[in-house]
Amino acid sequence: MSTELFVQYLFAGITYGSIYAIVAIGFNIIYNTTGIINFAQGEFVMLGGMIAITLLSFMPLPAAIALAVIITMIIGALIEIIFIRWLKNPSVLRMIIITIGLSILTREAAVHIWGENIRALPYFVGNEITTIGIMGARISPQVLWVVGVCGVMVAVLHLFFRATSVGREMRACAANRLATILCGINPRNMVTFSFVLSAGMGALAGCVMSPITYSQYDMGTGLAIKGFTVAILGGLGNSGGAVAAGLLLGVIEAFSVSVVPLAFQDAIAIAILLLILFVKPHGIFGSGEAARLKAF
Amino acid sequence: MKGIVSKVVMGAAALGLMLAPPAWAENIKVGAILAVTGPMSFLGGPEARTLEMLVAETNARGGIDGKPVELILKDSTGNPEKAVSFAKQLIEEDKVVAIIGPSSSGETMQIKKIAEDGKTPLLSCAAAEVIVDPVASYVFKTPQKDSDAVRSIYQEMKKLGLTNMAVLVDNTGFGKAGQEQLVKIAPEFNIKVVENEVYDKAANDLSAVVAKIKANKEVQAVVNWSVVPAQSIVAKNIRQMGWDVPIFQSHGFGNIKFVEAAGAAADGIIFPASRLLIASDLPDGHPQKALLVKYKKDYEDKYKENVSAFGGYAYDAFIIFEAAVKKAGSLDRDKVRAAIEQLKGLPSATGIFTFSEKDHNGLTIDAFQMMTVKGGKFVAYPAK
Repeated sequence: MSTELFVQYLFAGITYGSIYAIVAIGFNIIYNTTGIINFAQGEFVMLGGMIAITLLSFMPLPAAIALAVIITMIIGALIEIIFIRWLKNPSVLRMIIITIGLSILTREAAVHIWGENIRALPYFVGNEITTIGIMGARISPQVLWVVGVCGVMVAVLHLFFRATSVGREMRACAANRLATILCGINPRNMVTFSFVLSAGMGALAGCVMSPITYSQYDMGTGLAIKGFTVAILGGLGNSGGAVAAGLLLGVIEAFSVSVVPLAFQDAIAIAILLLILFVKPHGIFGSGEAARLKAF
Repeated sequence: MKGIVSKVVMGAAALGLMLAPPAWAENIKVGAILAVTGPMSFLGGPEARTLEMLVAETNARGGIDGKPVELILKDSTGNPEKAVSFAKQLIEEDKVVAIIGPSSSGETMQIKKIAEDGKTPLLSCAAAEVIVDPVASYVFKTPQKDSDAVRSIYQEMKKLGLTNMAVLVDNTGFGKAGQEQLVKIAPEFNIKVVENEVYDKAANDLSAVVAKIKANKEVQAVVNWSVVPAQSIVAKNIRQMGWDVPIFQSHGFGNIKFVEAAGAAADGIIFPASRLLIASDLPDGHPQKALLVKYKKDYEDKYKENVSAFGGYAYDAFIIFEAAVKKAGSLDRDKVRAAIEQLKGLPSATGIFTFSEKDHNGLTIDAFQMMTVKGGKFVAYPAK
């Protein structure tokens, strides 16, 4: 394999991988505070892209994206407040079914608002045929936007959880809910906040990837499946693990094309997921001990 | 009190009777199974809207032979299982005269036998050749033949002196059928398939597979055969890699939305398609021109969206149905079926249909016009 082809595959893999990682981190944030998987996570990505595309006819691109992220965050908060907050000690199964229902509801609402057509934001720099050369390979500048924005998001999130008091309270809530209440933190607010945060991240990812992948009302499901795979691979709740696992899966998918037909790409992802679940059920980077401490 | 209630009920019932259409004025029931929503909505959406428009137009004229047409439209969402149950419902419960659709080849193949067993004419809007080859007596299709599309593409490739091609298809029924024809017909034109890949219909980035075929220095042209939005991603990924290989696509590219989705990367893509897309550029006197211009204008005025070749397939199906019902002078399914086989030289959106017992498609290679994209618009190829 020539260096050029190697770099080309690598970039393709990193592009898929960063998107998977962002969705997986969205899963993790909510999992950490509530112990549930929010299956409507992919819909946040869809909403971000779709809302930004609609807003674009009224304002410049950066403003449209910023406003789309804020609106999606508000939707995230509303979803939590209306459907989840008032539940007293809901079972995990009930919560999961609620989020699946929300995902279907959001999708149906989207098809009524935006129709069944694909839409896309314009390329941030250049257009569909702009290309830049990196070590002999040629990629769209938008790929750098995706990778860059995802990288910055992960870094900011890391800082947020380490260095701000709200971030620390959220981590506390994840570690031990009862103790958090004893410390005077309201875990319900933290849950709302986790929905807002993961909705915002999803929406921003939805905006930067839209020029490459398009936005469509039903794009969320596919993303949720890949994101879930990555979240499990990286160890549920472990955001660093999600980044590593996301990139790993993306790169494996990209390089798999060189040995097996493209049609097997998804099969490879699922095969890896099964293998990991058999060999290391808590994910590559997760620890069994931490998982046992969860109420899950 | 009881009296008042019963009077109101009686009154309402009487009113209902007055409003209901008289039972003896027989409606012409025609079923349609189309993928109005879901991943195939690119096909089913324009098809459903075209049918609704044509039925309203026909009824405004007084229906077919004085009988109003009743369209029973089912949204299969592109799901073959749903298409199967709708087909059974339309045949057994609604007792329709004929069924228009489904939109996709995969769905059509699933309900082919149901239409045969139910002795109900099926006018499929899906392209794959297997739908009418071998001929099933009740199954017809309106889109052009895949093999004719392949031949049109290969003729152009020959002219350009391109002999080694990469084949990329989507994993829908349309894609798979196209792949078969592409590989089968290539030797006739001395064209070699040097790369052959299938991509997922929901794929959102295909740069890895494009990198792979680009690395193969033998590739002189890419044939991207698909009917889903992912085909635009292929074109974008090819150009983003700075690869200026000639791209050929199928008639599945005949929706301006795919061009918009591919943006600047769509420029120069060569593909065979229905004349509908360039209706106003046709020479005056072309047998299809008047009807194409009218259909395009009516559709675009009514729905505020560009007409697509796919809507044209439903247009054909309805025109054929209407002509057959008139010819048969009856709503008997068997007579309508036999009448379709006798239709000759019927101009419609996709081409001029001439059916026979052996030909349930009715179109020749002439139904294709080679086109390309210039400045985001479809134009005849070679572009002037």
